[in-house]
Amino acid sequence: MNEQAATKTTDGYRGPGLAVLQRHGVGVWSDVEVQTTGGRFRGIILPRSETADDKHIVLKLSSGYNIGVAAETVKSMTEHGRRAANYKIPEQEFPIDAGKPNIVLFGTGGTIASRLDYRSGAVIPAFSPGELYGSVPELADVCNLRTEKLFGVFSENMGPEQYIALANRIGQAIEEGVDGIVIGHGTDTMHHTAAVLTFMVQDPPIPIVMVGSQRSSDRPSSDAALNLICAVKTAAESDIAEVVVCMFGPTSDEYCLIHRGTRVRKMHSSYRSTFRTIGDIPLAMIDPQTITLFRDDYKRRRRDRNVHINPAYCDEVTMLYYYPGMKPDVMEAMIEKGYRGIVIAGTGLGHVNKLTYRALRLAQEKGVHVYMTVQTLWGFAGMYVYETGREMMALGVVPLANMLPEVAFVKLSWVLGQSDDRDEVKRMMLTSIGDEITEREPYNGYLIYQGAVPEVQEFLKKIKR
Amino acid sequence: MEVLPLKPFEEMTPADYAHIGLKCGLEVHQQLLTRSKLFCRCPAGHYSSSYDAEVLRHMRPTLSEMGEYDGTALMEKKTRKNITYRLHHATVCTYEFDDTPPFFIDDQAIDIALELALLLRLNLVNELHIARKQYLDGSIPTGFQRTTILGVDGWLPFKDRTIRVRQLGLEEDSCREVSDHGHERTYLTDRLGMPLIEVVTEPEMFTPQETAEVCNLIRKVCRSTQKVRRGYGATRQDVNVSVQGGTRVEIKGVPQIWRIPRLIYNEASRQVALLGIMKELNRRNVTPDTITTASKDVTELLMKASYAPVRSAIDRKLKVRCVKLCGFAGLLNTPTQEHTIFAKEFSDRVRVIACLSELPNIVHSDSASESLWPQDWQKLRKRMQAHEDDALILVWGDDRDVQTACEEIVIRATEAASGVPSDTRQPLKDGTNGFERVLPGAERMYPDTDLPPIEIPAERINKARAVMPEFVWETEATFRQGAMVEDDIQRLCISPRVPLIQRAMNELGLSGKLLGVLLAQRMRALARAERRPERFSDEALFVILRAHSQERLAKEGIAWLMELILVQSTKDEITDADVDAVFDELDIQRLTDQELQCKVACAIEAVDPTQFPTVTKLRRFLMGELMKDLIGRVDGRRMLDCLTKTMRTDEPNLAEQRTGT
Ligand SMILES: [Zn+2]
Repeated sequence: MNEQAATKTTDGYRGPGLAVLQRHGVGVWSDVEVQTTGGRFRGIILPRSETADDKHIVLKLSSGYNIGVAAETVKSMTEHGRRAANYKIPEQEFPIDAGKPNIVLFGTGGTIASRLDYRSGAVIPAFSPGELYGSVPELADVCNLRTEKLFGVFSENMGPEQYIALANRIGQAIEEGVDGIVIGHGTDTMHHTAAVLTFMVQDPPIPIVMVGSQRSSDRPSSDAALNLICAVKTAAESDIAEVVVCMFGPTSDEYCLIHRGTRVRKMHSSYRSTFRTIGDIPLAMIDPQTITLFRDDYKRRRRDRNVHINPAYCDEVTMLYYYPGMKPDVMEAMIEKGYRGIVIAGTGLGHVNKLTYRALRLAQEKGVHVYMTVQTLWGFAGMYVYETGREMMALGVVPLANMLPEVAFVKLSWVLGQSDDRDEVKRMMLTSIGDEITEREPYNGYLIYQGAVPEVQEFLKKIKR
Repeated sequence: MEVLPLKPFEEMTPADYAHIGLKCGLEVHQQLLTRSKLFCRCPAGHYSSSYDAEVLRHMRPTLSEMGEYDGTALMEKKTRKNITYRLHHATVCTYEFDDTPPFFIDDQAIDIALELALLLRLNLVNELHIARKQYLDGSIPTGFQRTTILGVDGWLPFKDRTIRVRQLGLEEDSCREVSDHGHERTYLTDRLGMPLIEVVTEPEMFTPQETAEVCNLIRKVCRSTQKVRRGYGATRQDVNVSVQGGTRVEIKGVPQIWRIPRLIYNEASRQVALLGIMKELNRRNVTPDTITTASKDVTELLMKASYAPVRSAIDRKLKVRCVKLCGFAGLLNTPTQEHTIFAKEFSDRVRVIACLSELPNIVHSDSASESLWPQDWQKLRKRMQAHEDDALILVWGDDRDVQTACEEIVIRATEAASGVPSDTRQPLKDGTNGFERVLPGAERMYPDTDLPPIEIPAERINKARAVMPEFVWETEATFRQGAMVEDDIQRLCISPRVPLIQRAMNELGLSGKLLGVLLAQRMRALARAERRPERFSDEALFVILRAHSQERLAKEGIAWLMELILVQSTKDEITDADVDAVFDELDIQRLTDQELQCKVACAIEAVDPTQFPTVTKLRRFLMGELMKDLIGRVDGRRMLDCLTKTMRTDEPNLAEQRTGT
């Protein structure tokens, strides 16, 4: 029994379900015996998810299973006591070791460590250093960890406001003297944030590592622990002073890859190994023991506390995913609505149909900045190759080489936050800050192997991928 | 010391089991006959031991919904296993290895499970909630099994009482283990995700035999629906066993019912022995609070030891540690199960939890002579400061594993001072069992946030009720009343022909005995002869049986006609129209007495009686010829009567003459 016993809560119940609870004087966490037209049930009343219907009462049986009983079948409910859930990750003081690097973990709302929210039926993050230490004690081998919850939004709700706040907070943390920054982030838009931070936080002296999980940490085979251990290790021990993403390499629980913030993309809706470096190779691979660097052309960790924070952003930028038969009115509507920048994801080398020229002409007239990227994701926009491309360039469309469409979108937003001058915008867009445009595509930068091909099958049989 | 072992298995009586307070419960798992797996669209029932690719995972314990860690989960965490899953293109998709969220639960599986829930008279749930049941042994790549409860509080009639059924769950099947050595465990994923139900009884069986019988009854209920899978592994059961003063222990995954009694006997025997050991320890003032233990690295001390396993460990630069258990001397050789001693409890834990799977993995001072030299044991006793009544256990292996092993030995010893630990135990071929893991509790349940609850409306339940078969015990009673022999009853009460048999008994007045011979024995013979008798529709067989009941078709003719039709027809389903056509074509009609006499007379005339040494032989020959000709149209008894009578009247002389010679 606790103080809750006095007031009977009815979390999430509405309509007939709520009426039945009230009629029988019971509430959430009541241990009840329910007589129904379909027989007898005994269990603890659980909160009802707000998105579920209002006709059922949820009981937790002594076996641990949950069941739903239809409110309309209930004849009587007798309370035999109360037992509220006390969900708490065992919180243990995170050990401080003066010899270890100091790392700060910023929370944005992803599910690095999480617990269940009955109301929404979803998982909500558990986040304090104590909680994290309770569930991933390996972290203490690597660093002294401090956590700070900046926002509580799902990845899809991240936007300019959060980008700017995050960039500013990173600047402060660097000034405060941390040795590395880890940002917990939902995976859906992690690559947008990674790209925008690359532009907003330039030349940081320390690693800024974004991390998330594809399987929430309430699952025993979650990728969260390994991702977090590797991300924290990257922040604490690596000398890569860039904005990077650290996530599972293969779907196997073996190692993570460190991707450059502007070249990384989420490529599968649910795989653990969803993050891939596109059109290039990743920076490094990392497991709890070792960091293996793949390249040398990264910015090194420094002892100074200098960083250039430039949190500019214009939210009048949009993206257009071209499709055959597209009519010009789509883009015209964007222009008329006042959008200042448009990133097109064109077909092949970066094409749209002739119909669209009318809209491109309008854009040119209105001074709207139009940039071209490729739907193929891999490869460069090559607008000199075909007549179409040349015609479009004449209409003011600027090809963005091998910049990924999402990266182009956030970069144009950032650039237009600073200038509206056509040439200046173009100069900034085409000046690579963090490899968003690379000079060359290595032969192993494009690897999408096809199943069933004998040599691929042989590889799959040998390698736990 | 007073450990009273049980009598031998064969001599145990129900009274003996009552004396030790044996209680058993069952968890029967039965795969359902669906097209697809439960939470993805992979084909169900396709198995393959080959594989195309492998994935590696580790498991971490997580909190339950009520905020607790599960003991089993913590145990598995200690084992630090690398778990490898083998994937075959044809049998699994990305769901099985947890790279795609679940699809909607298979409707066919729900409908079959509902039917079974009705047959077990459970109180049905109105809304299914999918739960995750944690399994950190790796047998499921997610680390949990998706499972849901369809009904609670049902019952089954058993002899003169009822056995209560606690619940019926619908869940996805786990992986098949390929190997488990040290820290490496490998699974095949083909079976993973197959829909299966779990029927849980209350612990209301009081002898091993009775438990097997109830298990068989539940299996029959399942099979009576015709919608469950058969064959090895399609049905598996967990048996829960406790004795008075003992603890519920689960023997997991018993593949065959006949193994159940001996497994229960051995577990009962083990619990009785462990209780005896506890009493003796308590008498020696060893309790969970007062227990004293110590463990030390003794590698240096044993550098020159001759005992082969220790020798080879030292040669391989592994560590040897010694655990002292104060007050345990003389207990480690206590028999617990048939040809099994108490020391195996320690060896099992060391094998499973510390992953020291190469046996022997321990030696102990109670069997000192079989291992180290006496002077080595002396040295160890001195180093460990062990008294005469202390036992020593040696364990060797990788440094970290040996430390885990020592901790586990101490944990197991502490449990010994308080009786029987609650384990999940593995059934072994010889009827004994071994440690598998700590018995999980309700803490391992967690709601599945990937799937919404599923409403089960009344119409859906009514549909299941409309198609469900008769209760199997009622079918058995009807068949028994119809004088069917018991073997045939057992075979037919769960067969798809139950409605046909009922109808033949009720409408045609045929005996259960005859139907048993035809539909159990004859059909089996036809199946063995690869005639595929299952092609007969019930209606087709009914036409044949009706012809017999109307005396158009003699008893002998039934099987003959069935075979004839099967041989002639290449169709996959033989209908009543097909059978009617055969009747017309062969003009099968009952022979009148006159016609019969005429046929018999002709047959007698056509033979030369002198070719036959005896009348009996002549009669047998004539009988054979006539039946060949007239099969189906006259039954054997009638034919024999007519033949005997005709031979006697027509050929009295011949008959006498021949009998005389
Ligand atoms: Zn599948």
